[in-house]
Amino acid sequence: MGMSKKHKGLILDPLSDNNPVTIQVLGICSALAITAQIKPSVIMAISVIFVLGLGNVIISLLRNVIPSKIRIIVQLIVVATLVIIVDQVLKAYAYQLSKQLGAFIGLIITNCIIMGRFEAFALANKPWPSFLDGIGNALGYGVLLVIVAFFRELLGAGTLFGIPVLGDPIEKTGLFALGYENNGFMVLSPMALIVVGIIIWVQRSKNTALVEDH
Amino acid sequence: MAIDTSKNSYTIIFSIIMVVVVGSLLAGISSVLSPSIKTNKKVEKMQNILYAMGVTHPEDINESVPEAEAEALFKQYVGDEQYIITGATAEKTNEAFKIEVKKEQDKVKADASYQQKLSLFVGKKDGKDFYVVPVRGNGLWGPVWAYLSLDKDMVVQGAFFDHKTETPGLGANIKEAFFRDDFKGEHTFDAQGNYQGIAIKKGNGDPKNERKTDNAVDAMAGATITGDGVAVMIKKGLALYVPYFKTLKNNG
Repeated sequence: MGMSKKHKGLILDPLSDNNPVTIQVLGICSALAITAQIKPSVIMAISVIFVLGLGNVIISLLRNVIPSKIRIIVQLIVVATLVIIVDQVLKAYAYQLSKQLGAFIGLIITNCIIMGRFEAFALANKPWPSFLDGIGNALGYGVLLVIVAFFRELLGAGTLFGIPVLGDPIEKTGLFALGYENNGFMVLSPMALIVVGIIIWVQRSKNTALVEDH
Repeated sequence: MAIDTSKNSYTIIFSIIMVVVVGSLLAGISSVLSPSIKTNKKVEKMQNILYAMGVTHPEDINESVPEAEAEALFKQYVGDEQYIITGATAEKTNEAFKIEVKKEQDKVKADASYQQKLSLFVGKKDGKDFYVVPVRGNGLWGPVWAYLSLDKDMVVQGAFFDHKTETPGLGANIKEAFFRDDFKGEHTFDAQGNYQGIAIKKGNGDPKNERKTDNAVDAMAGATITGDGVAVMIKKGLALYVPYFKTLKNNG
């Protein structure tokens, strides 16, 4: 089964030229909070892929019956319910995984990408395109999280996925033997903003069509 | 059939149906799953206590083990050596396992004259006694808690920290081995014999934590408030056990 060009675009555009973080500047809050290491970023990305894909389908199925006056509340309830169900099922059948996810629950619910896609896409489109849009945007978000986390973890702690790659900073081995030091500032949230800023800069200088007119 | 979704009556009916559907869905799921969640929590507590004693290995701690296996290990190392402490006296009872630090702390908050019940688990391994105590406090975003195993002098033998919602990659690192292992061998009393607890200090000048008697371990970068919360939790939590440990020392 081939995917139409339009459907492919729903998945692929958010990965580059319509990235939810660097172009739409959504989901920044959670991008700052959890990108100090790669592992939580991957967990967060998977959670958002699941919630956004499913949530978009639910909102799309209900799009003709949701009263417009309370649509934001309905969207919020859909996200919150999905997240709680996932959390409860994991607590019962994959307890350790659910503990790792604990801190993310609130961050998933408040992620503006989710509400943004419900509002901008799922409310006006059929379930299948909505599903693809949800997966695409969540992937675009996830890819960016992992890129930011890669730099923050490497430069801030000298590790990747928790594995030391530059040597031991206390025993002074590897790169640290040459006088290299971890940049503690990379671990703090403001550096996530600066890394995102640099990515936006690089992306727009490579593709000037993305630069807004003044 | 076209529905007029802008009418107030429709909005109200929609809201009612939504609340009922979502509410019963969540309640249903919760009641179906709660027995296994409860079992998981019990197993976790046993695993945490055993870990603080050094029975379970670091790589086991993030794995769920079957209930029977955890119970067998717990019976082997702790068994009935469970106590409820009030003041300086200890009562041997298996009810100790059921005591939740949070509930006891809430009772104290509601009534300052309430005598907090403290649980203590005495494990034996390689002929050595491990006094395992639970403590609980607040991190940056939510509760943090720990199981600390002590010797008779209240020197830490092992620790297991956990948290609900600390920032992943920063405060959440209290769960990591590099943080908890710093506590091994750390003294809670100073050289003059005064109770100090264990501070979590920046610029401790002791990143490998070789000084065990300075009542301090090295802090984590980017997690100052979580670290401070953990230090307060240890200091306040263990202080409650000091009278008991003093009589323990005097008697034996």
